[in-house]
Amino acid sequence: MAQAATVETHGHEHDAHEHHGPQGILKYIWSTDHKVIAMQYLFTGMFMAIVGGLMAYVFRMQLAFPGVSVPGFGVVSPGEYNALVTNHGTIMIFWVAMPVLIAAFGNFLIPLMIGADDMVFPRINRLSFQVFFVSAVLILLSLVVEGGGFGGAWTAYPPLSAIEEYNLTKLGSSLWLIAVALEFVAFLLGGINFIVTLMNSRAPGMKAYDIPVVVWMIVIASILFMLSVGPLIAGAVMLLFDQTIGTGFYDPARGGDPILWQHLFWFFGHPEVYVVLLPAMGIVIDVVATFARKKLFGYKIMVYTAVATAVLSFFVWAHHQFIAGIDPRMANVFTVTTLLISVPIAELCFVVIATLYGGSIRLTTPMLWALAFVAEFLIGGVTGIFLGASGSDIYLHDTYFVLAHFHYTFFPIAIIASFAALTYWFPKMFGRMMNDTLGKIHFWGTIIPFNFIFIPLFVLGLGGQHRRIYNFQNFPELASMQPVRELATVALIVMLVFQLVFFWNFIQSLRKGEKAGKNPWKANTLEWTAESPPPHGNWPPEELPKVYRGPYEYAHPDREEDYWPQNLPS
Amino acid sequence: MQKPIATTRSATGIPTGRLAIWWVLASEVVIFGGLLASYLMFRLGHPEWADAAAVTNTWIGAFNTFVLLSSSFTAVLAHQAAENGDGKLAARYLLYTIGGACIFIIVKAFEWTEEIRHGYTITANGFWSFYYTAAGLHAAHVIAGAVIMGFIAAAAAKGRELHRVELIGIYWHFVDVVWIFLFPLLYIAK
Repeated sequence: MAQAATVETHGHEHDAHEHHGPQGILKYIWSTDHKVIAMQYLFTGMFMAIVGGLMAYVFRMQLAFPGVSVPGFGVVSPGEYNALVTNHGTIMIFWVAMPVLIAAFGNFLIPLMIGADDMVFPRINRLSFQVFFVSAVLILLSLVVEGGGFGGAWTAYPPLSAIEEYNLTKLGSSLWLIAVALEFVAFLLGGINFIVTLMNSRAPGMKAYDIPVVVWMIVIASILFMLSVGPLIAGAVMLLFDQTIGTGFYDPARGGDPILWQHLFWFFGHPEVYVVLLPAMGIVIDVVATFARKKLFGYKIMVYTAVATAVLSFFVWAHHQFIAGIDPRMANVFTVTTLLISVPIAELCFVVIATLYGGSIRLTTPMLWALAFVAEFLIGGVTGIFLGASGSDIYLHDTYFVLAHFHYTFFPIAIIASFAALTYWFPKMFGRMMNDTLGKIHFWGTIIPFNFIFIPLFVLGLGGQHRRIYNFQNFPELASMQPVRELATVALIVMLVFQLVFFWNFIQSLRKGEKAGKNPWKANTLEWTAESPPPHGNWPPEELPKVYRGPYEYAHPDREEDYWPQNLPS
Repeated sequence: MQKPIATTRSATGIPTGRLAIWWVLASEVVIFGGLLASYLMFRLGHPEWADAAAVTNTWIGAFNTFVLLSSSFTAVLAHQAAENGDGKLAARYLLYTIGGACIFIIVKAFEWTEEIRHGYTITANGFWSFYYTAAGLHAAHVIAGAVIMGFIAAAAAKGRELHRVELIGIYWHFVDVVWIFLFPLLYIAK
């Protein structure tokens, strides 16, 4: 009883803080405001992106120039190489794509776009970030403990991940696993908040088909995440027991089965692709509709398609296991479902193209990112057909072709769409405009090197270059392709250097960017009716918006203006 | 903390807390679902696990099933009392439910001690690994639920946050249902 009372008083004090101006840094750390929590996720995600990017720099240097002392790191040992590759993948997916696309933009956009003052459970929202933050600290710590970071690839297949004699990283493996599991917990807490907020707290008048597509996508992704991650949480507990107390869940010598982990992992791992893809698609669609100045083509089709994608994504996982010894009849079934899922994804791309057709297109920086997303993701999607078909996958499996395909899907999702969102909503988040010229320099400086990194990797993969190899000079038949590897590494360094332009632009625009005003892009959705940046509570309580129409009423024939905000009574 | 306006809205007509607890249960269902599906796949492939399963004490399991179901009944009575606005009565029924949870855990502690003493530890073989992992995960839910119930009972006794009595009740039924699956799978199936 006493404890409950303390919590209550603390809550009141905390409330007082928020309403009486800044009280030092604690105001930001302990805030329950969805926008502050969004920033916490965003900046943590950006920091982890730098870590993950620099890891890529170190191991790409080792691949291009084996044995060289990498500037800023030193000579890369095989164990360090494995740890870097593993944690690059883990960090970029779980600590960059998820927090930025889902948590940061979900937190920032959902209440603003549905006309609410906050999430339904602000304190659970804060807890979600705090758990996430602990998980981020743990994954970074796992790199420096005795024995080094976990090096068994981000998929963590046993027995390599389960048995210490094989992975040689007792502490690193367990810390890695605990960090990932905690991250799942954070996103379950956040996801439930997102889903309930959208279901219950929409502005008066906002019907299901008045919800902006990006909000639909983030919430569908949250449901998808929640329903797919459960078995892996159970699987992670089993793996942790295998690692620490010596059970044999995944050990065939003791009646276990290592393939079980693969099923549990990919039952989550493949839906996870769509968990991050759908929000990215949503961002792109919102940006494209705004800058094409045209009503979104096929809003309902879009939402149904996203739901269909989510459902189908539960039935494709075994395409990661075609060569793991699964029944060939099962492989046939999964080939069919995998090829089927390319239909809704193609549909999403056509919706964007149809929206552009006949529009009055403004090539702003966010629009460039959105268009680049569609172009680059198409390459990722089309190369996926070769991997989804079990016949060709047997040749391509575990080569750099897979790696390049994966990055042609994930780079557009995690990086390109994030930049589209960041440059589009920056004025709302911080109240100032970003510099468009610097934005475009950064755009081209990222997109061009990106293709120079990964097209060579397709070539290497088709040439038979296997993944997870520390030094290709040890393989005479692969050694001759060294210049191609060097090209990819040089392109990566160019791309990383161009990110400095972004950080310069970001910081300069924060300090002295042009004031944005409420609605710099003349967009329709509700967040643009709030102040930039929105105050605590987003709108004055008596002025919370009401909704009268859908989010994409651009270029309506009866109106003088080419946009029609959702909150205007006719 | 003052509740945001968002928390008080209800576009679906379902109160926010109840909607959220159902989503929590959905996420829990897939966790236990994944674990039990893995167990079933193994069990079908290893007929010899039946020998290990024969060692488990069905009577103790049945007694615990009875205890847990009874505790769910008092949770329902607590909900009814809360609906009638009688916070004190609701708190008392919740305490009975917590009592049931305690008996469940104590019985389990003795049961496990006995089994471990006979060498049936978590590393003994695949069956025992699943036995302790699944029942352990369930027991963690029982303990967590009982602790949260304590806080809710404390508030309910003062007549505050009475709607939470229903929410913890829904959760408690779920803990029950999981056990209803675990009991036949781990104890009865030989």
